[in-house]
Amino acid sequence: MSEIKFSTEAESLIQNILKRYPNDRKKSVLIPALHIAQAEFDGWLSVPVMDKVAEMLELKPIEVYEVASFYTMFNLNPVGKCVIEVCRTSSCWLRGANDIVAYIEKKLNIKNGETTKDGKFTLRTVECLGSCGTAPMLQIGEKFHENLTFEKVDEILNTHQNLEKHCTYLDATTFRKN
Amino acid sequence: MGRKILLEHINVPGINSYDVYRSKGGYASVEKAIKTMKPEDITEEVKKSGLRGRGGAGFPTGMKWSFLAKPEGKPRYLVCNADESEPGTFKDRYLMEHIPHILIEGMITSSYALGVNTAYIYIRGEYFYLVRILEKAIAEAYANGWLGKNILGSDFNLDLYVHPGAGAYICGEETALLESLEGKRGNPRIKPPFPAVAGLYGCPTVVNNVETIATVGPIVNMGGDEYAKIGVGRSTGTKLISASGHIKKPGVYEIEMGVTVEDFIYSDEYCGGILNDKKLKAVVAGGSSVPILPAHLILNTANGEKRLMTYESLSDGGFATGTMLGSGGFIVMDESTNIVKNLFTFTRFYRHESCGQCSPCREGTAWMEKILAKILGGKGEEKDVDLLWDVQRRIEGNTICPLGDAAAWPVASAIRHFRNEFEDFVRNPANQQDIKYYFHCNNIDSAAAYSSI
Ligand SMILES: Cc1cc2nc3c(=O)[nH]c(=O)nc-3n(C[C@H](O)[C@H](O)[C@H](O)COP(=O)(O)O)c2cc1C
Ligand code: SF4
Ligand code: FES
Repeated sequence: MSEIKFSTEAESLIQNILKRYPNDRKKSVLIPALHIAQAEFDGWLSVPVMDKVAEMLELKPIEVYEVASFYTMFNLNPVGKCVIEVCRTSSCWLRGANDIVAYIEKKLNIKNGETTKDGKFTLRTVECLGSCGTAPMLQIGEKFHENLTFEKVDEILNTHQNLEKHCTYLDATTFRKN
Repeated sequence: MGRKILLEHINVPGINSYDVYRSKGGYASVEKAIKTMKPEDITEEVKKSGLRGRGGAGFPTGMKWSFLAKPEGKPRYLVCNADESEPGTFKDRYLMEHIPHILIEGMITSSYALGVNTAYIYIRGEYFYLVRILEKAIAEAYANGWLGKNILGSDFNLDLYVHPGAGAYICGEETALLESLEGKRGNPRIKPPFPAVAGLYGCPTVVNNVETIATVGPIVNMGGDEYAKIGVGRSTGTKLISASGHIKKPGVYEIEMGVTVEDFIYSDEYCGGILNDKKLKAVVAGGSSVPILPAHLILNTANGEKRLMTYESLSDGGFATGTMLGSGGFIVMDESTNIVKNLFTFTRFYRHESCGQCSPCREGTAWMEKILAKILGGKGEEKDVDLLWDVQRRIEGNTICPLGDAAAWPVASAIRHFRNEFEDFVRNPANQQDIKYYFHCNNIDSAAAYSSI
């Protein structure tokens, strides 16, 4: 088992966010820390990564696992470099979300929930993302792509073809340095 | 044109920045509060304003504030609920994206009123791009002396932090939110104790919605009595409505409470009418949890009066013929919409979002989803519609938190008003040509998988 090591940037980010909570309430930083860990380690949380987070925050590993497994944004299995999350709830469904899902499946030759063989894309459907007025929509990393058409989907797939790094929900500039 | 309070300056270029926001009178409520008012005066103004919680339940905000316990030696917390996950609702996002400072101003004025020195904005993780926006706005507020120590030279100190969630609708429920903020799973707590007594870290806590808190600034500026003059009866002020679905102009609209539903749907000032000039079939007026109403009942009450966009008018007739204002997530469906398929998206949502603590909710939502899939797949029998009714009825009122009710109401109302559409699936399964495609896109393996329920 390889030793898990956070970059100094990620580590100082976690230390910085830790200051937002009372001294005896370190556990509050767990969700932000897991987001940072996921961004740091290829978009998913392996057991060794979660164990490392537990060690850093002085928590029992189970306290980390039970949280990581509760929230849908945490991936407990490897994912593609670009995770495409298409909203499928009512307002998006009313405006054609099904067609968007089917179109992406065809273009990428995968089914909803799968990752392309080259590891470039994962497709999944998610519940309402608060973008119902600009439906149909999908999210990639922190970015919302709204009022989707097939042409827009083509463009999105093109621009995410050859990514060097995984798309992430956050980076070192998301949080203010307090 | 209706009066705008929150969105008064929405069209001013750069209103998302500190300088422009300030030049339009931003942060005046903080100055007025700290320099001329005692904390309890502010609570008094909020009471007078008649402001009711904009997160969904409509509980009077001033009253909630007055319940906050103030034991010696314990900090108090203000937590802003920016979890906004109720399907059909996107107003808080709109406000935070375009006028982030109005929320920060409201947090400062409210914290002063409540004697709070540390406040958090709990925001759903999917809104990370908004974390970036809020963090920048908060940094500007610190840089200009509105946050930090000795604000405006007073002895009032306040630190304000943003805290992201990670994808869980249930964390919008206030006690689940507090659990999540403490770094745990979002399992709602049994109440009492209420957060006002034992909330974050066991300390007295007020949890309020983004829109509620943003409204506190304008109330302090204009005075509670003045605010209460807007609106109708106990529905005072303005409300942000998130309009989506089959309408010409989806978006966020600030309405003066009391606009008619008809005007809201058809006038050019708001939704602009039904997409492609089709006929209106049904509306979910307050987010996915509230009862769906057919066109005739959403436009007029059962007594034939025009239905208004107010708490009272929308709930006129109870659940038999009425609905609720809820979070203001207004989802419009045209004549082509299949009510059962729409319901399936809601029921799957609640099954997915149930935290799993209570059996009626955990098992009931999954059961309802399966029955619906069976009906949609053409394998349903008439008794399945009765079974669905029975299951929802047994969830309602039997759970720790209101998510159970929220899952039951859409099912009950769809059956109540559109039973014929369920029966149509049962009687004429062959008519539903596109169901295979629908199932495929929704990750349902096959109807057969559910045919034995
Ligand atoms: C399942 C569930 C989800 C909720 N989601 C939200 C939400 O996303 N945002 C919100 O402000 N309130 C939500 N609420 C209501 C909160 O529990 C709480 O009543 C509200 O934040 C209080 O603020 P207000 O009085 O300003 O409306 C939810 C309640 C339940 C039961
Ligand atoms: S009603 Fe559902 S979501 Fe609420 S506590 Fe019970 S199981 Fe959890
Ligand atoms: S229903 Fe898709 S974003 Fe709300």
